[in-house]
Amino acid sequence: MAVAQTNRLGNGGLIDRSAPLSFRFDGKSFSGFQGDTLASALVANGVKLVGRSFKYHRPRGILTAGSEEPNALVELRSGSRREPNTKATTAELYEGLEAASQNRWPSLRFDVMSVNQLFAPIFVAGFYYKTFMWPAKFWEAIYEPAIRRAAGLGRAAGVADPDHYDKAWAHCDVLVAGSGPAGLAAALAAGRSGARVILCEEDFAFGGRLLSDGGTIDGLPAAEWLLRTLAELAAMPDVRIMNRTTLFGVYDGGTYGALERVNDHLPSPPEHQVRQRLWRIVAKRCVVAAGALERPIVFAGNDTPGVMMASAMRTYVGRYAAAPAKRIALFTNNEDGWRTVETALGAGLQIAAVIDARPDISSAHRSLASKNGFTVLHGAVSGVDGGKDGVRKIAVSLTGGARAEVEADGLAVSGGWNPAVGLTSYHRGRPKWRDDIAAFVPDGAPPGMVAAGAANGDFGLGACLSQGFAAGAAAAHDAGHGGKAGTAPVADDEAFSVTPLWHVAGKGKAFVDYQHDVTASDIELAQREGFESVEHLKRYTTLGMATDQGKTSNVAGLAIMAAVSGRSIPETGTTIYRPPYVPVAIGAFAGHHRDETFHATRLTPSHHWAAEQGAVFVDTGLWKRAQWYPRAGEKDWLESVTREVKAVRSGVGFCDVSTLGKIDVHGPDAGAFLDRVYINTFSNLAVGKARYGLMLREDGIVYDDGTTSRLAEDHYFLTTTTAKAGLVMQHLEFCRQVLFPELDVQLTSVSDQWAQFSIAGPKTRDLLKEIVDPTEDLSNEGFPFMGAREVALRGGIKARLFRISFSGEMAFEISVPARYGEAMARNLMLAGKSFGVTPYGTEALGVMRIEKGHIAGPELSGTTTAADLGLDKMMSTKKDFIGRVMAGREALVAPDRQVVVGIKPTDKARRLRSGAHIIPKGQTPGPGNDQGYVTSVCFSPASDQWIGLALVERGRERIGEIVHAHDPIRGEDYDVELCNPVFYDPDGGRQRG
Amino acid sequence: MRIVCPFCGERELGEFTYLGDAKPVRPAADAGEDAVYDYVYLRDNIAGVMSENWYHGGGCRAWLKVTRNTLTHEISAVEPAAGAGAAKVGA
Ligand SMILES: [Zn+2]
Repeated sequence: MAVAQTNRLGNGGLIDRSAPLSFRFDGKSFSGFQGDTLASALVANGVKLVGRSFKYHRPRGILTAGSEEPNALVELRSGSRREPNTKATTAELYEGLEAASQNRWPSLRFDVMSVNQLFAPIFVAGFYYKTFMWPAKFWEAIYEPAIRRAAGLGRAAGVADPDHYDKAWAHCDVLVAGSGPAGLAAALAAGRSGARVILCEEDFAFGGRLLSDGGTIDGLPAAEWLLRTLAELAAMPDVRIMNRTTLFGVYDGGTYGALERVNDHLPSPPEHQVRQRLWRIVAKRCVVAAGALERPIVFAGNDTPGVMMASAMRTYVGRYAAAPAKRIALFTNNEDGWRTVETALGAGLQIAAVIDARPDISSAHRSLASKNGFTVLHGAVSGVDGGKDGVRKIAVSLTGGARAEVEADGLAVSGGWNPAVGLTSYHRGRPKWRDDIAAFVPDGAPPGMVAAGAANGDFGLGACLSQGFAAGAAAAHDAGHGGKAGTAPVADDEAFSVTPLWHVAGKGKAFVDYQHDVTASDIELAQREGFESVEHLKRYTTLGMATDQGKTSNVAGLAIMAAVSGRSIPETGTTIYRPPYVPVAIGAFAGHHRDETFHATRLTPSHHWAAEQGAVFVDTGLWKRAQWYPRAGEKDWLESVTREVKAVRSGVGFCDVSTLGKIDVHGPDAGAFLDRVYINTFSNLAVGKARYGLMLREDGIVYDDGTTSRLAEDHYFLTTTTAKAGLVMQHLEFCRQVLFPELDVQLTSVSDQWAQFSIAGPKTRDLLKEIVDPTEDLSNEGFPFMGAREVALRGGIKARLFRISFSGEMAFEISVPARYGEAMARNLMLAGKSFGVTPYGTEALGVMRIEKGHIAGPELSGTTTAADLGLDKMMSTKKDFIGRVMAGREALVAPDRQVVVGIKPTDKARRLRSGAHIIPKGQTPGPGNDQGYVTSVCFSPASDQWIGLALVERGRERIGEIVHAHDPIRGEDYDVELCNPVFYDPDGGRQRG
Repeated sequence: MRIVCPFCGERELGEFTYLGDAKPVRPAADAGEDAVYDYVYLRDNIAGVMSENWYHGGGCRAWLKVTRNTLTHEISAVEPAAGAGAAKVGA
């Protein structure tokens, strides 16, 4: 049975009393209404104790009514949706909501770790640095686990997030942050001027302070004006108003980050809907109307449950019809705090006393006090008697030295207002100090951004409206819209006077940063120990480093530091402000980019056919490639791959090699261009021929390789490795556009336009004859090794045919338009049935290339030269090319470089693994005698043993030498023989045959 | 950050790839090793306005010369590379 809402006021508030909601907090059932936050519902139920503090496990209550809340953090929801450190003050109530307090054990009311308070002296500023310095190994084993148990906040769910997150772009002329009076007025003016407007409001309800404080605008009650204004905005087609959306960051070029909590107000998102959406908003102008945050005063016991910001108290009373206390005392140093007294009295609550730190108060307030029978004390609160059950008695130091005591069950505190300077400071703008309001106001805002209203330090309702309206109209004008904004809404300004008061000396802990348990004495200690710079103060005490980023604590912390170090507050300065303004879940930044959609997936043209064949796929970059095609009865991948290799070498097989990068090079200077980007010469390549090419980086290291064919006088077709396809295109465009603009040449990426298959094996020609038009001459004379030309296929489709071989067998590569790729695979299977045609995957491809000693990715490692790869003879001496000069540097031509060589184990039965280090035989392995490493290995069916390629110092001069392979990762040591890297058909007769 | 591509218009940073200082000029074939060494390795570390090579790989594949303030990220000019665009220079 739910507890009755003992502290719910009989009427008023913006809650829907016809929509009751039940919820649970720490296992206990309560009820609230639609329109409540979790915090307001807890207030309505008389719950004061909502959590334990970070370090000392002090009992804590609700301090604020907004996203600046440092105390009332809960674990919301359960299971995989359990979300730690959720602010009860912004969590909307829904039916069945479950929340639990954090950082307490075994229960919130009885917490074992609250003994930390007794050891408080060791938890002072910098205690991590001082206490746990030595010995280092104790840190991981003892200190850290112990601290983690004692300190900390909520627990993460520990399992994958079941919800979806979205990312979206939006563009507008004028972006408005906040829907209080200034924000609404700005949106109104900008919208009327004809600008495209987006207004973001972090609350679920629009209106900002109007929801709590009311007022009169244009002669109407604020609520009515609000409805009228929202209706006018909603009717403008180019104005978009977004609630539950926090503008959290400002980035370059007018780009803003916003988080829309699409379905956080429901137990779980409806089917096919996202939980949250991360917006990137591009705006020509931005009006920051994010308001101001009321700041606490630091005094002993200021963290007792029942001590609450004065504005929060009137929000709970006014907006939520929930009384945080029955008998309220106010501690204020400014005029605004008194509005809480008026609101409380209006709701029929009792005022115990007002403690006003200012030397004098208005006669209106004096008569209010006498009329309502409460006293006004001039002085400051010096202590609170309470504990986990909340405020009971308040000790007051009166001006002049006398003491007084006030009995109350709630204490409203107002230390003045801090404009929300976050957004305006994210480009390293330093806010400037304004003495009249004793607060920092925005300065050095990012280009195109302006603050208005309370966010700009002007707190009066009338000022908010007129400033917001003017800012909105100016922003629209700057963005190129000259429509008539009309007249600004009008309201009176409330008086605002503040006498700065930051810290009241007294006995007991006085908290500056509630969330990180930083006290006034921690700041004083930091100053004594020399940490006077605000950036040092922050890191030494951890002030402002909790999830609330010190929204309620930073300025008070600075003020105390200023006081103890004898400087002014502006001299002391602020730390650098950085986004995000509120914590943003990593899931929102990731959006749909998780699991199998972490990145795009590229499928080869024959993918679906290969999947039908039961292929095992491997991820290579974004590609999924068929790795091998297992057959029934094969016991492992090795058996399948060996079968595929043997089938190719004895008959015919084919493999989809469409993942290679493909670039058409056109133009009269195409050959000259290729001469400059490859180490070898292409301008002299005959039309109808292909040639292997190697390109270097400008620093002389090998960049990429591939074959290039000349299809016409002014048309080459170039292939790159799969991995470098995009990068080579970028590099070649750089060469063309920046380095050699004088050449008449164009590049077209055609990687996705052509499906390409390698067909290999002695029966290749027999198979091709079934595919290619009978008029095409495929004989050695008609289509010699390294020939390349367009051919017609049976049925008339044009294909490009290249007689090139990676496998060392008689082989062709055939390209057809990508849309025919799958049909080509099916046709090859059909036509090759009588020859036992075998599809093969990337593993068999790799085995055959290692058997042939061809280099690939592991050897093109970004550290090897052409000479290291045995390809230095390709390097032309008759022309300049990218990398030519640097390739000749002393270290790159040193005789002791590691070069590609073949290896085979002396024990023929041994398996090789890549990564093993090569050490001279008989020596103890160490960095001093490490002579290289194994780059590629395979089981070679042709050699009937494992073979490999390795990069070994002077390897080519050491053929026949037995060396030691040392593999500390796998704990293997064995001997291998250095050998010729071409294990199969070394004179190349098979591929020419 | 947003870059106004002369061919595509204003686009978001993610479409572009940064290469670096656009000032070094590739030495002539006979310039010698020292000149090439400088070209490949020596870079000014400019705090302020510099011209940079950017590649619009997510758009038109043009290489662009972008004048950017490295302290504020303000972009004051964007020009196509000499060989960017459809036709060869001077054609
Ligand atoms: Zn472009």
